[in-house]
Order: sequence, then structure tokens, then C-alpha cells
Amino acid sequence: MSDTLTDSTVVRLPRGVRMRHDAAREGWVLLAPERIFQLDAIAHAVLENVDGERSLARIVDDLAAHYNAERSRIHHDVHALFRALIERGVLETV
Amino acid sequence: MSDPTLTGKPASEPRIDPPMGLLAELTHRCPLQCPYCSNPVELERRSDELTTADWQRILCEAAALGVLQVHLSGGEPAARRDLTELVATCAEQQLYSNLITAGVNISPQRLAELADAGLDHVQLSFQGATPEVTEQVSGLRGAHDKKRAFAAEVRALELPLTLNVVLHRANIDQVDDFIALALALGAERLELAHAQYYGWALHNRSALMPPRAEVMAALAKVEQAQARLKGRLAIDSVVPDYYARRPKPCMNGWGRQTLNVTPSGLGLPCHAAQRIPGLEFWSLREHTLADVWYRSPAFNAFRGTDFLPDTCQRCERRDIDFGGCRCQALMVTGDARQMDPVCEFSPWHDDIQTLAIADSARDAAFAYRRFARRGE
Repeated sequence: MSDTLTDSTVVRLPRGVRMRHDAAREGWVLLAPERIFQLDAIAHAVLENVDGERSLARIVDDLAAHYNAERSRIHHDVHALFRALIERGVLETV
Repeated sequence: MSDPTLTGKPASEPRIDPPMGLLAELTHRCPLQCPYCSNPVELERRSDELTTADWQRILCEAAALGVLQVHLSGGEPAARRDLTELVATCAEQQLYSNLITAGVNISPQRLAELADAGLDHVQLSFQGATPEVTEQVSGLRGAHDKKRAFAAEVRALELPLTLNVVLHRANIDQVDDFIALALALGAERLELAHAQYYGWALHNRSALMPPRAEVMAALAKVEQAQARLKGRLAIDSVVPDYYARRPKPCMNGWGRQTLNVTPSGLGLPCHAAQRIPGLEFWSLREHTLADVWYRSPAFNAFRGTDFLPDTCQRCERRDIDFGGCRCQALMVTGDARQMDPVCEFSPWHDDIQTLAIADSARDAAFAYRRFARRGE
């Protein structure tokens, strides 16, 4: 698993990690072995775009276009989220 | 991505959050006889087990209630012929299914069926890092090689794999070997959990308790390996709390996140709760899971922290560890409402340390887990 995230990095949810809606608590969660991560709105919006095909830069572009938001800020958020989730073993580089 | 903060409670049920996890003890039958088994010493028999339809109803109710993860456990859950059907029900209900198995009685074909049914994760136990220790602890000949073969099948199907090891006096010197085994088998995770002294483990405490020096040496090895293997193998470590200064946040709080259903259908706040006298447990044969969670007396007995002694009320860790474990409080102090004696502020703290030191020096033999004979 690579430690460095670049614009061309492609990530995916590893086998055994699933994202789903959590109706009882009105939110989205990542389900992983023995762990549950409750996602905030930003994390959910980013992870919806994780498909194991699009690069980090492409996801940032798509989010910036979709939310009509500043690209550098989105880039920062996506980068930070990917890094945190990779470190916790619930996201992997392809 | 902050810590779990639960929001949105059912309007009709103020104060109590819905559960996130269900430990489904499908059966107490097991081909292994581990002397630290978390099952109660009085095991429930096959003739008392819930039916397939009972469990399917419970799983559906669990999903509706807010449960996200189901741990299919036992005994050995694969001793039930309907395991695949139950995994399929979990998948239909979007429940994350975790199979907790000894890995000695699941054929490659059956594992493939479980994977096809939607199994999310496999947690495989190892009693030793070598065939000799695995056999000595589990009481089953050939267990080690069967487990290794099973792990290979899990990998071949690309199912995620966690190895689970209960550490105690007879295997604590194998910590490095368990880590090497996990790497060799391609596991993503390794749980090194020191025995928790309830059920059979309490029964066998004087045969299981390691000396303090060995515990500290093992913890140091684990910490080194965690740093060395970051990104390759996640190692979760559960410390032996008799030697600790702070209690574990048992179950993350009584009736707060998870519940346990026994093979015969009793709803328990934790697997050892039946040791506490005077608690009234409700059966899933007669009650819904929501009733058991929100209204059964056993679940409401120790919810929150109001029942804890003054020392806890003033403590900054009150809402972190919830006063620790009720069962352990009962065992050592005679009062389940006391703070866990593991806590350094407990008047009984020295007693539990003394117990551990005395037990670790005994030369006791294992009393292997088994069903009592009729009339025993």
C-alpha cells in the first residue's frame, strides 16, 4: 500500500468495507471488520465518488463542479479524508 | 469522521439509543474445548436452540431497530446447518455479517456458499501459533492444520480475514509467532486479546493467568509489531485488565451499543450477564428485539451511570469507561453496582492484583469446556 497520495492516486473500499445508509441514526456509515465509522456529509459526498477508477484529481474536479466550490479547498478535504481512511485500513489504493 | 456520536432517537423511546451490534450466539455446540471459552459454564443444549425462522425474525428486527453489524458466533456457528440461510438474511437486511469461527468444520464448498450468500468478514480463532499448542489448548487433534487450510480457503475467496487469539499463560510466549502466522496466512487483522475472566475462563483462571512480567513483555512486542507492520497488518490488542489501573469500558456501556442473544433466545446486555443474580432477562421467543432492548429489566438495570458510587460520579472518566465491568465488580466486591475493581480508585483494587499474582503462580491444569452430563 502506497503511503503517498498524488493527484493520480486511485482508491477504493477494500473487500469487507461497505458504505450504507443508516436510517436509525439518519446518516451514512462505513462498515468494516469490528468497526463502524459514522460519516459526516462531506465524507459521504466524497466517498460516493470513490469507484476504484477515477483518480483523486478527477474526483476533486467532479466535486468542485458539482458543488460549485473552490477546487483547492475540495482538494484539501479529499486528501485529508483519504489519508485518514487509508491509515485506518478502510480505504486502499488501487 | 469524528468519534461515533449518535443522533436521532426514536420519538417514542427517549434517552436510549438504538443498538449498533448484535452478537448472535447461534449455538453452544463446538468441536473445540478451549478452557477460556466466553460461554457460560452451564451450556445451552441443541434441543433448546432457536429455529431458523426464529433467528431470521430476530435478524430482521435487528435491522429495523438500527443494528448495523451482526457477529455470528457460538460455540461454533457452523455447527448449525442453517448458517448459510442466516448469512443470506443478514445480506438481505443490509446487516454486515461477521463469522466468528474455529475454522475446523467448514468445507471449501460450504465456505463458498457462505461467501455467495453475502458473508462480509471471517474471524478465525487460533489457540496456538504451533500445532502442539493449538491442540493442547483446544483439545482437538489436527486442529491447527485444519485452521491453516481454512484460512487459505478464505483468502482464495478473497474474503477479509481477521485472526483472533486469546492470550494466556500457555501461549503468551508465542506473540511473535502469532504475528508471523497472521502475515503468512495473509490476514488483514490480528486480534491479540488477553483472556477475560468470565465463564469458563473464570473457572480456569488459575491455569490461565500469566505472570505480570510476561504480560508486559507481550505488550512491548505487540507495540513494536504495530509500528513495524503499519499498513500491512492491523494488530488490535486487548490488555489483561487484572493488571491494569483503569477499567475497560465494558461493552462500551451497558445496553448502550450492543446486545447478545443466546442459543435459546435470551437477550443479554453482555455474554456474562447471567452471572449477576437478580437480573430478569427476556426471551426472544416471547418478546421482540425492540422490547428486549428498550424495556427488559436486565437492560435497564445498569444503563447510564447513576447507579455508580460517588467516587465514579466525581471522576472525569465516568463517561469514558462507565465504571467498567458489572460482572467483575460483582465477582470481587459482591456488588454489581460497585466500580470495577480494576480501577485504581476502587477500594478493592489491591485485591484483584493480589488475585492475579496468586493465580499466575499456581500450577493448575485446564478444565476443558464441555457440556455437563445430564443430572450433573
